[in-house]
Amino acid sequence: MTDPSRGNAGAAPGPAGLVRPALSPTRLALRRFRRNRLALAGLVVLVAIVAAAIGGFVQDRLAAWRGEPEPYRTSLPGIHPQPPSLVPFRPFGTDPLGRDMLARTLVGGCVSLGVGLAAAIVSVLVGTVWGLVAGYVGRGVDTVMMRVVDVLYGLPYILLVILLLVLFTQQYAWVRVTALFLAIGGVSWLTMARVVRGQVLALREAEFIQAARAMGTRTGRIIFREMMPNLAGTILVCATLTVPMAILQESFLSFLGLGVPPPLASWGTLASDAMGALNPVQAYWWLMVFPCAFLGATLLGLNFVGDGLRDAFDPRAR
Amino acid sequence: MLHYILKRLLYFIPTLLIIYTVAFLMMRAAPGSPFAQEKDLPPEVLQARIEKYYADRPVYQYFRYAWDLATLRGMNSIRYPDRNVVRDILVPAFPVSLSLGICALSLALVVGTAAGVVSAARPRSLADYSAMAGALVGVSQPSFVIAAVLLAVFSFWLRWLPVGGWGRPSQLILPALALAALPAAYIARLVRAGMLEVLSADYIRTARAKGLRERTVLLDHALRNAWLPVLGYLGPAAAAVFTGSFVVEKIFAIPGVGQHFVDSALHRDHPLILATVLLYAVLLVAFNLLVDVAYAWFDPRIRYD
Repeated sequence: MTDPSRGNAGAAPGPAGLVRPALSPTRLALRRFRRNRLALAGLVVLVAIVAAAIGGFVQDRLAAWRGEPEPYRTSLPGIHPQPPSLVPFRPFGTDPLGRDMLARTLVGGCVSLGVGLAAAIVSVLVGTVWGLVAGYVGRGVDTVMMRVVDVLYGLPYILLVILLLVLFTQQYAWVRVTALFLAIGGVSWLTMARVVRGQVLALREAEFIQAARAMGTRTGRIIFREMMPNLAGTILVCATLTVPMAILQESFLSFLGLGVPPPLASWGTLASDAMGALNPVQAYWWLMVFPCAFLGATLLGLNFVGDGLRDAFDPRAR
Repeated sequence: MLHYILKRLLYFIPTLLIIYTVAFLMMRAAPGSPFAQEKDLPPEVLQARIEKYYADRPVYQYFRYAWDLATLRGMNSIRYPDRNVVRDILVPAFPVSLSLGICALSLALVVGTAAGVVSAARPRSLADYSAMAGALVGVSQPSFVIAAVLLAVFSFWLRWLPVGGWGRPSQLILPALALAALPAAYIARLVRAGMLEVLSADYIRTARAKGLRERTVLLDHALRNAWLPVLGYLGPAAAAVFTGSFVVEKIFAIPGVGQHFVDSALHRDHPLILATVLLYAVLLVAFNLLVDVAYAWFDPRIRYD
C-alpha cells in the first residue's frame, strides 16, 4: 500500500482473466477529467476567453505595426458612451471617451490573465516547495521557514504592493505591468505554503509514510511518490484559487488607481471605471456588464477546471 | 502543548521586531518623500518639520518610533500633524473595523461551512450545484462589484437598507455581506474539497458500517478533519477582515482602519505606516498561533514536539 495511485498501473489480470491495459496514473486522470462535463465546459470557456484576449492583443499589435491607431486607445467620432450596436460593429458599446469596449475588454483580458498566470506559477513553484520542506523536515527548519512566511504575511500585502509599485514609476507601460505581475506574484505564494505545510504535517504521521520510511525509502521518493499524490488535490485547488485571487487583487489595485497605467486597461480598471460612471439617472450598464462578465466567466471556468482536476487526480477516486 | 505555546509567545516579540524592521526599511527605501506635497513651504519650516519627525536621523527614528509604538504612546501623523496615530487615528477606527469584521467572518464561517458540507454530502446533486454556484459568485467578482450590486438592489431599488454610514445595526448588514462574500466562498470550496477527500477514508466507512446516523458521520467524524485546510486559511483571513477592507469601507462610508492602510502607503506617512503595520502584525501573529493550536486540537495526529 505504498502508493494508492498505482492501483491500476501495470498489466494486472482481472478477476475474469482479462488483461487490463497498462495506463499511467496521469493518463487515467486525464480520462477521468474528460468525463467531467462541467470541467470540460469550464476549459472550453477558458480557452475561448484566452484565445479572444490573445486575438484582441494581436489585432492591436498588428494595427500598431501597420501604423494605424490601436482600437483599444483610439477615440471614435461621435457622441459617447454609445450602447452596444451591431451596425457599426460595436457589440460592447463605447466608453465615455469613445473607445471601443470590445477592444478594451479583450486587451484588458490579457493583462488580467497575465496577472493570474504569474501568481499561479509563483505560488506553485515557491509555495509548494516551501510548505513541503517546512512541513516534512520539521523542527528548526519548519520554525525558521514559517517565521519567514509569518513576517511576509505580517506586512499588509497592500503596503507591499504599493511600495513595490512605486519603485517602478517610469513612463514605460510594460515596466509598470511587469511590476504589477511581480508585486502580486510575490505576495501570492504564502497561502499555498501554509496550506501545503498543514497537509504535510498531517501526512507525515500517516501510516503509509511511516511504513515507507521504515522500509528505508529515500526522502525524495517519499515526498514525490508517496506524498505528492495526496497533496495534488490541495495544491490544485489552492492554485486554481490563486489565479482568481490574483485577478481580484489586480482589480482591487485598479479600484485604488494603482492598476495598469491608462490608456492600457484590465478587467479591474474597466469595472472600477464603470463604477465611477454608474449613477441612478443614466445607467451605462454596458460599461460594467461586459468586463465583469468576462471576469466572472474566466474565474468560473478556472474554478470548474480546478475542481475537475482535483477529482481526476485524486488517487482515491474510482 | 503549553511548552509549545510559550515558545511561540517568546517568538512573538522578535517576529514583530522583524516585521517592524522590514516595514521601516521598505518605507525608507521607497521613492517619494512624505513632505513632498509642501514644496511651497519656506525651507526653515520644512527643515523644522523634517526634524520633528526625525526624518533626517534614520537610526534614531527607527528606535524612537519603535519605542513610541511599543509603549502605545504613538507619535503624530505627518499628513495630519495634529493627530496622534495611536490615540486619534487607530484607537477610534479599530473597533469599527473589528465589529464589522466579526460580523462578516462569523457569517462567512457559518455560511461557508454549511454550504461546503451540504454540497459534499451529496456530490453532483442540485444542492451541491446551487451551493457551489453561490460560492462561485463570491469568488468570481471583485468586492466592489458585489457591493455595488448589493447597494443597487437593497438600497436604491428596494429601499430596505441605508446606503452607508455607521452606528445603526441596519448599516452593518450590507458591508458585512460584501465583506463576507469572498471568505464564505473560499471556505465553502475548501470544506467541500476537504470533505470529499475525507469521506472516502476507511474510518468514515467504519463509522457508516457501525450504523451511525449520516449527520453524526458528516459533522462529528468527517468535518473535523475536512476543516484542517480552512484553519490554515482562517488566520490570515481573520487578520485581513478585522483590519477592514479599504474598498468596502470606502463604498459604504465606514470610518474604519482600512483607509489608513492604503492612505498611509500612498502618502508615505511614515508614522501611520508603522502603526498600521504593527496593528496588522499583532493580530496576524496572534491568529496564526491560535490556528496552530487549533490544528493540534482538531487533528490529534499533529504533534508539536
